[in-house]
Amino acid sequence: MIHEAALFAQAASDTVNKVGAGETIIFWILGPIALAGALGMLFSRNAVHSALWLVLTMFSLGVFYMIEQAPFLGFVQIIVYTGAIMMLFLFVLMMVGRESSDSVVEVLRGQRLWGGILGVGVAGLFIGIVSQSLVDVTSSNLNGPNGTNGGNVANIGRSLFTDFLFPFELTSALLITAAVGAIVLAYTGKSDRRGRKTQRELVAMRFRGEYSRPSPLPGPGVFATANSVATPALLPDGSVAPESLSELIDSVPISEFAHDLEVSTGTEHHADAHALTQSTSDSDEEVSHS
Amino acid sequence: MTPTYYLLLSALLFSIGAVGVLVRRNAIVVFMCIELMLNAVNLTLVTFARINGSLSGQIMAFFVMVVAAAEVVVGLAIIMSIFRARRSTSVDDANLLKY
Repeated sequence: MIHEAALFAQAASDTVNKVGAGETIIFWILGPIALAGALGMLFSRNAVHSALWLVLTMFSLGVFYMIEQAPFLGFVQIIVYTGAIMMLFLFVLMMVGRESSDSVVEVLRGQRLWGGILGVGVAGLFIGIVSQSLVDVTSSNLNGPNGTNGGNVANIGRSLFTDFLFPFELTSALLITAAVGAIVLAYTGKSDRRGRKTQRELVAMRFRGEYSRPSPLPGPGVFATANSVATPALLPDGSVAPESLSELIDSVPISEFAHDLEVSTGTEHHADAHALTQSTSDSDEEVSHS
Repeated sequence: MTPTYYLLLSALLFSIGAVGVLVRRNAIVVFMCIELMLNAVNLTLVTFARINGSLSGQIMAFFVMVVAAAEVVVGLAIIMSIFRARRSTSVDDANLLKY
């Protein structure tokens, strides 16, 4: 019995320093997915597609944090990064226009080539250093800090408010500064008159002929016997000013003042054989079309 | 498998982000590449926290996230104001300080 317990303890201490089989499987599934997300972000022409590929990478990283004994950071990663920050990115992308894709023109000649060479070089450097100096690393797991005093979240909170209190306060100052900066940078005041012309410019444009007529349209009824909006304005020769006929008022049809028009223009119909026949309505229609 | 593999993955992600910053011309995509680099560093920090058996690395990653959030807010506001002035988010168009 004691022997078995010792064996068990030995096996437990062995597994402490190794990565479990489940974690290995998760790594080899999610690692290529994270890499594919990063490469997709790098190579997609459309910026919205880039953002969605990056969401994939960040999700995978969140799962990595969780299986690396950082559950709090894993959830913060998913909530803050993929939830808030990437949606902010998408929001700004939609605001500045989805068509703002990359230009194919290289402004600096050979920039893509040299950028790629540098990326491969940096990656080779990192991988060489890491795989040379960190072979066969055994991890002293976080079972201690994560298992005592209320677990991972409680221990992180305790450290934040004791050992790391000053940096924590500094981040509050940083966040307030960032909020004020964003407001200052993104604010456009109400005095923004871009695209609106002053009255003097409008008058100059009217007399230059950029509008159809220099004066405003004649008001209805101003020059006639009534000032109702239903009666038309008359021109100096007594004819109806067609611009003063209100198209919005259909309760007063134009045919109602056709008689006034005929009187003023001297084309009044006197009693004739065709008074009640088609010709009258024809002349009415002619008036209304004029 | 040892935790070193996480460091290798993180190195690859960081390199991809660096290439993106150099190559892409849309300012918003450049910003996303910077976010990818910050995330790769976070993965390194979390892995080192696990290797060392201490929570300090996780707390440092937490601070990196806070700084990244502030950086995104200010950076996107700058991109918005540049877009309002020049109707473009391409980093090639913001070249007034070039010569």
